[in-house]
Amino acid sequence: MNNSMIKYGLIGIAGILAPIVFANFQVQLGFLWLMILFALTWDTQGGQMGYNSFGNILFFGLGMYVCAMVQVGLVYDVGVYTAAAGLDSGKLNGEQYLTGLALGMGAAAVVGVAVAALIGSGILGLRGHYFAIGTLGLGIAFGEIFAGWDYVGAGSGLAPPPFPDELDFLGGRNLFFYYIFFALAVIAFFTLKKIYASRFGLALNAIRDDEDKAEAMGLRTVRIKTISWCVSAFFLALAGGPLGMLVGFIDPRETAFAGVTFGIWMVLMAILGGKGTIWGPVIGAAIFHVTQEFFWSFLLGWQRVAMGVLIVVIVVFFPRGIMGWLRDTWPDRFGEKVDESVPQEGAAQ
Amino acid sequence: MIDNFLLLFQAPTVAVQTLIDGILIGAILALAAYGMALVWGVMNIINIVQGELVILGGYITLTLANMTGIHPLWTVPIAAVVMYFIGYGIYKIVIHRVVDEDMFISILATFGISIILQQLMDQVFGADIQSADTGFDSWGYLDDAITLSQIHVISLVIVIVLATFLVLYLKRSKMGRAIRATAQDARAARIMGVDTDHVYATTYALNAAICGAAGSLVVMTWIIHPFLGLAYTVRSFLIVIVAGLGNMVGVIIAGLGLGAAEQYASFLIGIEFRVAFVFLLMVVILIWRNILLSKERRYLK
Repeated sequence: MNNSMIKYGLIGIAGILAPIVFANFQVQLGFLWLMILFALTWDTQGGQMGYNSFGNILFFGLGMYVCAMVQVGLVYDVGVYTAAAGLDSGKLNGEQYLTGLALGMGAAAVVGVAVAALIGSGILGLRGHYFAIGTLGLGIAFGEIFAGWDYVGAGSGLAPPPFPDELDFLGGRNLFFYYIFFALAVIAFFTLKKIYASRFGLALNAIRDDEDKAEAMGLRTVRIKTISWCVSAFFLALAGGPLGMLVGFIDPRETAFAGVTFGIWMVLMAILGGKGTIWGPVIGAAIFHVTQEFFWSFLLGWQRVAMGVLIVVIVVFFPRGIMGWLRDTWPDRFGEKVDESVPQEGAAQ
Repeated sequence: MIDNFLLLFQAPTVAVQTLIDGILIGAILALAAYGMALVWGVMNIINIVQGELVILGGYITLTLANMTGIHPLWTVPIAAVVMYFIGYGIYKIVIHRVVDEDMFISILATFGISIILQQLMDQVFGADIQSADTGFDSWGYLDDAITLSQIHVISLVIVIVLATFLVLYLKRSKMGRAIRATAQDARAARIMGVDTDHVYATTYALNAAICGAAGSLVVMTWIIHPFLGLAYTVRSFLIVIVAGLGNMVGVIIAGLGLGAAEQYASFLIGIEFRVAFVFLLMVVILIWRNILLSKERRYLK
């Protein structure tokens, strides 16, 4: 039993017990795992591949809508359901709810990956800031399209069916979705860890370091970039559906395609923790989420202004993140040898 | 959608009317875009906060007109001056720390400022859609089949005056020369004795002033809302990538074109998809230009 096994074991036990011990914070804890998932999947492009995407939220929102539409659509007509928003007709029984959720998440994953594959080769051809702004535009455009589409409730949003009472033996809505997010984050973590350790992970890093050289060495960069985006899209689309049901209301701009909240937070969390590492996004997401909850509790009304200030402060004063700082301070702990006889001018870069 | 498309041919006046409305709005978009091109060209920063500066200019006009009762048109220069100082402040607090950094850092930093401004405006001015009442009428032609709103025409004149002033300022004044020198080569300009930090501050403040004037016109001709800013940022960005940096004529043509395209699109696919159209158009143009370049094994830089 080595060190890392103990570490994972402790985190796993903490993750399983936390919502039972802190029963009042189940929703917040569920969001914590979602934030970790956000940061981890963003880092696959932003940190490992050097493609700073502002539009990964697109797959999350798409997943949320697809999942809710499938869940509702199996029982009702979606157009009628959204038109009658708020009426009591939208109840599902336990079996319908769970089948809808499972099929919906499956459909969401398929749609998310398909969209990533479809638009990937075009948009991933852009580089640097053009890619950043292009993806930002894409995410917001999808939000606006759903906000104008009457079938899914347009700008007034879509309320997924309430959690059926007969499923209360599962521990209630909050606990149920907490474990879904926990499971998704853990699966994403180990999947990405495995990917980064593989040949594919090396290819991602090669693209980040010098894409033209990577291509000259015979890597199929377009394919690699698209596959990596599909991996992120897969997890984000899966996570979208449960979040819509946990929140209980899908607003196209504020919940689903929330570019100026979740969309930018996932970038910030990865940067705060340290881009291009596996633990960085996890640590960054945890710290960011706790800070965010404090803002929410103590600065009510001004919490979003405070979030903006936090973003600027992190970007301006802490662009290398916590892992970057640790790495600079104790390079030998990261397996880097520092030759003291050579002047270390500019080693941080 | 198809009905509307056919209508454009059956009633040519509708097509002409849409074109005129679009071009008149496009002039204001071109003004904001020129400011973005200035900051981008001189400081190598893509100013995501551009749209929020526009909206803030609109709120300044609105507040002044409501408080003092003066005609909104007179507040255009005031909004520009106030925004000049706000821009100067933003530069001194944040932008000067990221001006030499990687472009991604400055995009994120200006994104952060844009969120701060959005939320502040939401807190201070409320989340309602607002516009200033100018009391102007419109001219009608062909039995009022085509109307020309007077305030739109006046705003076009103001845009032309401002653009002329800007071009002269950059060409003739000492500061304008310093700005152009810094844009060409900041290091060389520094060696030749140009205080580049001051040039950056002035450029950023000037851009904010341009945005303030543009916003002031937007609130008179259109509507403002605390969260509409990003659309103006993307419009400006779109115009700049089509026109290129430091190309005033190109910016104007692209701005008018975008205004007309938007107007036709919102006529054809519905006004609720107008913003979506702008964002998708930007993505499509970026990808299209990149594909063209990739045939020569190059990419957008």
